[in-house]
Amino acid sequence: MIDDLLTIAGVPLSSRLILGTGGAPSLHVIDETLQASGTALCTVAMRRVDAAMSGSILDVIDRRGVRVLPNTAGCRTAREAVQTAQLAREALETDWVKLEVVADERTLLPDPIELLDAAQSLVAQGFQVLPYTNDDPVLARRLQQAGCVAVMPLGSPIGTGLGISNPHNIELIVSEATVPVILDAGIGTASDAALAMELGCAGVLLASAVTRAQDPVAMATAMALAVAAGRLARLAGRIPKRFHAQASSPTEGMAVL
Amino acid sequence: MQIRLNGRPHEVGDDTTVDALLLSVTGSSRGSAAVVDGEVVPRSAWPTTALKDGQSVELITAVQGG
Repeated sequence: MIDDLLTIAGVPLSSRLILGTGGAPSLHVIDETLQASGTALCTVAMRRVDAAMSGSILDVIDRRGVRVLPNTAGCRTAREAVQTAQLAREALETDWVKLEVVADERTLLPDPIELLDAAQSLVAQGFQVLPYTNDDPVLARRLQQAGCVAVMPLGSPIGTGLGISNPHNIELIVSEATVPVILDAGIGTASDAALAMELGCAGVLLASAVTRAQDPVAMATAMALAVAAGRLARLAGRIPKRFHAQASSPTEGMAVL
Repeated sequence: MQIRLNGRPHEVGDDTTVDALLLSVTGSSRGSAAVVDGEVVPRSAWPTTALKDGQSVELITAVQGG
């Protein structure tokens, strides 16, 4: 497994688990979950400076040696998302961006038209774009054609913990992907993360499942194990599913009793 | 002179640069960025971009987010 690295935009990452930091009760919990998860990449959002804010999440992330991935969460139009990405690039001195353009607050589902528009603009401006997208194989294809360095289809809507609602679409996206497919959003528990990897995803991005768990640090550990187990199972090659039973003990040589 | 900083009136000295504003508000220029009248100011231009009376400035930074 040591050589089995997730590589995005030519950068090898030592973990296939990407951690979102949203929803954590404190910076201390983020610090502990970063460590427990073993992640090499974590997301942050960009918001107005609050002079009353104590401590910076960047200090915590830097201390853990984790690469930062700014997102465009909250943006509803391509214009907003592009400008947020530009701000993130100046603030954090990275050209990586998790591109989110959502259609409405109730579903937080990606708006495919605005998303593709923003992706094309950002790629043209030299960004390494990781778009949060629907589980739509055609949109995933179009995002890759636009030059995105990964595609990140949702399992189910953000924060729902409903798991992977359309595993067939995820498999389809994986089967024709030329860039890493990262399952992003909807993960509720460890088995969801393992399933994503078994379906062939290159990685999993999750936040709420860890940050809002009753014990975030224990769940971060569980997710690290689940992602590693799912990846190994994928590489190992699962047995095909059959309708009827197939004995694993020899059927010959039975004693006559 | 007065500018609008993150939607609120804010007093700054004449010819205050983006760099100086970031330092005075956040204590460091790391992890933050500025939009002046709707345009993102590149980091390289912060020391030479002087603010003008009445301009609208958004200062943003990284926070927790999924």
